[in-house]
Amino acid sequence: MTSRLQEKLDAGRFVLTAEVCPPKGSDCTEFLEKSRQLAGVVDAINVTDNQGATMRISPLAAAALLVREGIEPIFQITCRDRNRLALQSDLLGAAALGIDNVLALTGDHISFGDHRSGKPVFDLDSVQLLQAIKGLRGGKDLAGKTINGVPAFYVGAAAAPEAEPFPLVFYKLEKKAAAGARFFQTQAVFDPERLRLFSEAVRPLQVKVIAGILLLKSAGMARFVTNNIPGLKVPLTLIEELEAAADPLTVGVAIARRLAVACKPYCDGLHIMAMGREDLIPEILKAVRSDK
Amino acid sequence: MIVSKQKTLEEILGALEESSSIFIIGCAKCATVCKAGGEEEVWQMQEALTAAGKVVTGSVIIDEACHMLRSGRELRAKKEMVEEADALLVLACGAGVQSISGGTPKKTVAGLNSLFLGNIRRFGQFEQKCSLCGDCVLTETGCICPVTVCPKGLLNGPCGGMDNGHCETDGQAECAWYQIYERLKAQGTVAKLKKTVPEKDFSKMLKPGNLKIEK
Repeated sequence: MTSRLQEKLDAGRFVLTAEVCPPKGSDCTEFLEKSRQLAGVVDAINVTDNQGATMRISPLAAAALLVREGIEPIFQITCRDRNRLALQSDLLGAAALGIDNVLALTGDHISFGDHRSGKPVFDLDSVQLLQAIKGLRGGKDLAGKTINGVPAFYVGAAAAPEAEPFPLVFYKLEKKAAAGARFFQTQAVFDPERLRLFSEAVRPLQVKVIAGILLLKSAGMARFVTNNIPGLKVPLTLIEELEAAADPLTVGVAIARRLAVACKPYCDGLHIMAMGREDLIPEILKAVRSDK
Repeated sequence: MIVSKQKTLEEILGALEESSSIFIIGCAKCATVCKAGGEEEVWQMQEALTAAGKVVTGSVIIDEACHMLRSGRELRAKKEMVEEADALLVLACGAGVQSISGGTPKKTVAGLNSLFLGNIRRFGQFEQKCSLCGDCVLTETGCICPVTVCPKGLLNGPCGGMDNGHCETDGQAECAWYQIYERLKAQGTVAKLKKTVPEKDFSKMLKPGNLKIEK
């Protein structure tokens, strides 16, 4: 198997991805329905891993279900809930199930979620996880043992274009690239100019940049994510714009569409986070279709 | 030192429900500094237990309850009072409690929660700076410990939750890696941040810890 996402990016085509949160429970009907609808609009679907430290069905299982449907997933895997054995064994499982794309993440701290008394693992950090994946791709596990059947993942990492101080953030991005990250999926971008500067800064790393676009559903939701989601800060001007709107959702879609258009020149693709309103993604992407 | 905090009186009384006579043991070292098991707290505990209808047969403040031989010796010196009691209530860290319990078949109740190895900022204010990981990285990190100060113990830089140098888990707290960055910049060695740190060897903090100094 080879990643179609990789083929497109390597060919210099503009890609679109979207995030779909797996269900809390074993009923994947709605998750699959949303994913099927999106499959015609985006190139790959990110399957989140106990997002916000809230327990949900395994992203490995959910991503495998997408593969079965012929939909290309990006399997998000975090260091919060698994030690190095579990991380590597889930990665091998993903490869065996036909999952070609992996996004290697640290993971939000357990104190944000719904199992706050659980033990945070963080046996590896995201750079070390990338190194572990690089090792597996080279036929060796972290203990240096040879593995039978070598995965050919297309590997991504997270990046936060608007994070400060940027020089500190950049040291880690360099390490991620050196450890095998081939694409960055970014935290939500609200200032296209910051994305331009970011893309310029990471260009020497030769990593594709897929910029994050977050659908703001209302002023209340924008405030909530600012206060509760790590690394996300919605600018006050956008919150005010939503506040003044008669129909905040329509305005939220318009803001996302505006940002998508403004960001497109500075990245290799866009990643849409619609927070449950995946049905609106085609609307957001109207003006920025991918090069299929 | 070991930072500890007294359990609630309710919890302690719950653990002592079936014991009517109690001997109280405090510690003159860490638990005294933490105001959790020093002379004053042992006295207050005696008052509280008496008010709750218990008989306190006596008490002792051991100079370092974690010292196993010394703990045994000091308890033997109070043999009668100890024997008269249905239970021993220990206001010392978990190490202290087990020095005591290891030397007697008597029911022993732990009255404190042991929290962390702490530095003393000022009287009554303690901070964890070291996690006793068995494989010190401080020399490489400007002597700020990411294993401890970063809630995720990240070794290769800040996570995506860092917000203008602050930690995602506590907006008031400075990100460990921001602190390290600032320190290394001031020392002219910020290039250290370019180095990828391999996965940590957690076998160096295998439990239970054990050390015997060879002559």
